[in-house]
Amino acid sequence: MIEPRLDNRPCGGRYADIVQAIGHTPLVELRRITPKPGVRIYAKLESYNPTGSVKDRVARAMIEDAEARGAIQPGQTILEPTSGNTGISLAMICSRKGYPLKVVMPDNVTEERTRLLKMYGAEIVYSPGEQGSNGAVAMALEMAEADASYYMPYQYGNPANPLAHYNGTAVEILEELDEVAAFVGGLGTGGTLMGCARRLKEEDPDTLIVAAEPLQGELVQGLRSLDDGYIPPILDLSLLDRKIFVSNRDAVVWTKRLLAEEGLFAGVSAGAIASIAARVADGLDDGNVVFVVPDDGWKYLSSGVYTRSLEELEGSLDSASFW
Amino acid sequence: MSTVKIPPVLRSSTGGEKEVGAEGSSVGEVLRSLAQQHPETEHQLFSEDGELNRYVNVYLNDEDVRVLDGLETPVKEADTLVILPAMAGGAI
Repeated sequence: MIEPRLDNRPCGGRYADIVQAIGHTPLVELRRITPKPGVRIYAKLESYNPTGSVKDRVARAMIEDAEARGAIQPGQTILEPTSGNTGISLAMICSRKGYPLKVVMPDNVTEERTRLLKMYGAEIVYSPGEQGSNGAVAMALEMAEADASYYMPYQYGNPANPLAHYNGTAVEILEELDEVAAFVGGLGTGGTLMGCARRLKEEDPDTLIVAAEPLQGELVQGLRSLDDGYIPPILDLSLLDRKIFVSNRDAVVWTKRLLAEEGLFAGVSAGAIASIAARVADGLDDGNVVFVVPDDGWKYLSSGVYTRSLEELEGSLDSASFW
Repeated sequence: MSTVKIPPVLRSSTGGEKEVGAEGSSVGEVLRSLAQQHPETEHQLFSEDGELNRYVNVYLNDEDVRVLDGLETPVKEADTLVILPAMAGGAI
């Protein structure tokens, strides 16, 4: 009998392109920050995506959805309001796929975000920092309306955004854990929470879905009236069990804790989300609490969060825009 | 008496006050009490059908009341209500 050849795996490897390497991120148990021995806290490290954030999933989903629908043409300029991570993800994906990218963002984000965007080839248009993301969204919508040659994925209203999490993030979590008592995500566009809520509650309707949102400091609340307010179209509050704001100060405290106690070098939004995950865990007797780490800490180094004391940071926290 | 924190965008309606004390055992009662003290806040906080204006978020301490029991959410003596405008999520 002739033995079958023992061939090695094909030399091409698993991922033919950097875009294919998006997702399948580690789920890591954090044993030191859980307040209860019977409750296990897990961090989904979305920082392991190619450009370093969860937004790689969303950017890929939005662009590939647009391509599948014939909504964008080769070489068409993509326009998007984004203060950082989505822009960075889009910049990488658009450069791989041949689409010029223009991003609109507030002028008070950290320097690293600006550098990363330019590094990946994006053109930046700045909106007034005191208007926060509301101002960026409004400006981008005006630009898109004025020039039909742009295609705006519009992460705040694009169903491909939550679908990326419904089909990706949540599935990966369910593949690793027998049960999820609670899921805690950061509330920005609502994509992570909506997509994961739907998938996780399909599996277990009792899974708690908790949103951690940034407490926008007074210095970034540059609204002339309440009518200038904004609610992401994809956000459906009925899918949330709790929605809790976190101050920049608390976010920084917990970001430092993640690094000191768990060896996790996470972005400041992760600290905020972790604080709520621990709070939710404290209200349970047992079970798994999963939270998303949207990105790592490299983009926030210049803010001094990791190297300066809270007292030294106090004066800058009100005007900072970390997530 | 509960404390209601007023965001910058509403302070012209409260005579510049950043915090206002108001009575009530539910979120709705406390906000109505605020509106009685400062009538210009009424149409900004509430829509014509008596519900919260869609661009107004109200937090019981730090939790959004829309995800709790809305205007019926119980309020205790030492609680703080924080009114915030709806803002697009941060740097994303």
